[in-house]
Amino acid sequence: MKIAIIKYNAGNVKSVEIALERLGVSSLLTDTAEEILSADRVIFPGVGEASSAMRYLKERSLDQVIRGVKQPFLGICLGMQLMCQYSEENNTDCLGIFSEEVKKFNPDVIQLKSPQIGWNNIFDLTSPIFAGVAENSYGYFVHGYYAHLGMHTIAKAAYGMNYSAALSRDNFYGVQFHPEKSAEVGSKIIQNFLDL
Amino acid sequence: MLTKRIIPCLDIKDGRTVKGTNFVNLRDAGDPVELAGLYAEQGADELVFLDITATNEKRKTLASLVNRIAHAINIPFTVGGGIASVEDVRVLLDAGADKISVNTAAFKRPDLINELAAAFGSQCIVLAIDAKQHDDGDWYVYLNGGTVSTSAKCTDWAIEGVKRGAGEILLTSMDHDGSKNGFAVDITNKVSSALSVPVIASGGGGTPEHFFEILSQRADAALAASIFHFKEIAIPDLKAFLRKRQIPVR
Repeated sequence: MKIAIIKYNAGNVKSVEIALERLGVSSLLTDTAEEILSADRVIFPGVGEASSAMRYLKERSLDQVIRGVKQPFLGICLGMQLMCQYSEENNTDCLGIFSEEVKKFNPDVIQLKSPQIGWNNIFDLTSPIFAGVAENSYGYFVHGYYAHLGMHTIAKAAYGMNYSAALSRDNFYGVQFHPEKSAEVGSKIIQNFLDL
Repeated sequence: MLTKRIIPCLDIKDGRTVKGTNFVNLRDAGDPVELAGLYAEQGADELVFLDITATNEKRKTLASLVNRIAHAINIPFTVGGGIASVEDVRVLLDAGADKISVNTAAFKRPDLINELAAAFGSQCIVLAIDAKQHDDGDWYVYLNGGTVSTSAKCTDWAIEGVKRGAGEILLTSMDHDGSKNGFAVDITNKVSSALSVPVIASGGGGTPEHFFEILSQRADAALAASIFHFKEIAIPDLKAFLRKRQIPVR
């Protein structure tokens, strides 16, 4: 199986590459349309800031490439947020794969620290990528922005309110938490994605 | 619900785990990769590795150790010790570290924090602060593994560090480190209340009650070393104890 990890200017993709190696599969870090479109699975990781990441993708026409992917596609953390319609982070128009929007945690409203860092429950799991994953399992989250609940929500998390822990539409999946760092639960989710 | 984190810390010297008391008297505590795998399996929420002999010639050895650790565990881990530049961090992140911690170099040149946050994002920058209470009752920053005192107040430096882009604070009380007499509750509460980012309490955890005491207040996570290395408290037992007392743990 050929797995492409999209290479762009958002953060640390090494953890994803190594998580795949732990599952016994190798991957290719790439930013070329040909390699992305010919892969069996595409992973779109990312940590960092939305507007500079979107600008980088657009400059290289990777936004068009991503929208055109037909194989199972998984966005992680910022990757998932960039797949949404819009992000409040520097008023960024994103890829629009999911109609949901990304908002900033308001510490005054939620009375909690932001960014959220650590292990939180994922629940109301409704997707094959959560096959064999128990309700209220823990995922590892690091984020100051969140996607609200919407028609594409396939998992929820609660931090002051309920929000989307994962989204999906057709072949596209996005998870807010880091499956590559979420112990056995995370490995199971990645394996499910590879098995789709 | 977001849980409170239990974080075993591994001090690394020449590729081995070591542990001392009040920053001195080092004892061998095993192979770091083996220990890391064991802790991850037992339910540790995160791991911290501090290379206490970090020098330039040893950096490559550290990167290869970090790479072995990354392949062995599936939970987040932080690497620190002698980090002084964007390039130092790049090498460790490329080896598979999730976060890095900075201490002395950041205090001496605070712009380092801005540079690292700009290059890699705040989420992977942990500002480690070693602090000691002075006779005036206030807590002050110490450098170089606790050997050099400064006139900077711990809370002020934490606030400045976060403004510059640190995503978490690792606060070690040198007065409590290695004592197993409990964490420094007051300064941890003070620093945590002043900040929007998580604070990891470190130094003094010796019994499950100590973890309950610190985690039932403002600390977001608690870090300890020797009690885990020398198997005085098993992580599953510690978590069961905390869960029974309504502390949210994974």
